[in-house]
Amino acid sequence: MSKKKEAKKIIFESEKEMPAVPMSLGSMLYNKTGAWRNIKPVIDLSRCIKCGICWKFCPDASIDIVDDWPQINYVYCKGCGLCAEECPQKCIAMVEEEK
Amino acid sequence: MSKERKMTLTIPREEYMSPGHLACQGCGASLAMRLALKGLGQRTIVCIPACCWAVIDGPFPHSSLDIPIYHCAFETAASSASGVRAGLDMVGDTETTVLAWAGDGGTFDIGLQALSGAAERNDDIIYTCYDNEAYMNTGIQRSSATPIGAWTTTTPVKHYKKERKKDIIGIMAAHGIPYIATASVAYPEDMVKKFKKAREIKGTRFIHVFAPCPAGWKSRPEDTVKLARLAVQTGYFPLYEIEDGEKWTLNLKVKERKPIAEYLKLQGRFRHLKEEEIALIQQEVDARWARILKNCGL
Repeated sequence: MSKKKEAKKIIFESEKEMPAVPMSLGSMLYNKTGAWRNIKPVIDLSRCIKCGICWKFCPDASIDIVDDWPQINYVYCKGCGLCAEECPQKCIAMVEEEK
Repeated sequence: MSKERKMTLTIPREEYMSPGHLACQGCGASLAMRLALKGLGQRTIVCIPACCWAVIDGPFPHSSLDIPIYHCAFETAASSASGVRAGLDMVGDTETTVLAWAGDGGTFDIGLQALSGAAERNDDIIYTCYDNEAYMNTGIQRSSATPIGAWTTTTPVKHYKKERKKDIIGIMAAHGIPYIATASVAYPEDMVKKFKKAREIKGTRFIHVFAPCPAGWKSRPEDTVKLARLAVQTGYFPLYEIEDGEKWTLNLKVKERKPIAEYLKLQGRFRHLKEEEIALIQQEVDARWARILKNCGL
């Protein structure tokens, strides 16, 4: 990735602020999709074998690899449960979200 | 014991798709894009016609991809990509890959003539069809990629789809383009490898990606990858590639094919099917599998 992106929503107050050529100025990171989920994945790292399968199959790119361990980004995880289903060790549990 | 183990990643670590996009939970199409871009890398321009991805990417002026995107009209994915390619050639840029990324409606039905034209001219583009087997973005209407027996909103249970799925790979193979491949989101290594391979080839390249859609198939979101894997293991969607329209290679030789019923029963859109109808679908899958084996010389 070339530069660090900001999770900021861009709003044009007037037509003058609009660029002449329609182009993407910001990233969708402002859209915190974590609010969509009802159940959330929790990884039991003591049983994790570091296969990287959860990271590989995440459709939301919400599993980061931090120091060789998978880490779920709860700001964006939509709670689809794909990681829990595909985990060969079955060490990801889907638990009810508490609000 | 597991503490000392190093994590070995089988696909590139670079991420060109950021989270926060607007796909449904467990979307196969967003996973397909993520894997495809891992194979193609940063120097890519993608042309997206009207399809799920036109929405998933996000509203102007935001985007969930780190690469330039050109939103074009429904039927013009291939011709827009040809135009972008011609523009790049004019400024002397030969390194950048141009990717047309269309859904099955934009490939099998509406964009077919543009795709055929680009294939005939052998324009230097990669055309990818991510196939979720109906017009999912507009509300699950039948397309010519919808398989036989499936429910959609325009083919309700009493009048479920009676026609077969169009053989798009056969159509593209008849054009004799340099590279055609099928890929599935359940086999990321294979998929990334195919996109890497396609990037190095000149001419029109066509990649058919199988992308399950939990919302339209009435399946559980966590079953997306399981369904894609079953589609390959049952022989419903074999993984193979065709080079120069002639050289067929089967990438995954399935020794013991699973019965198609296993794949069908996980999806609500096939719930109405009776035993006899499932047997008919099984026959068709068997015939298609035999044909592909014959073409691959096995």
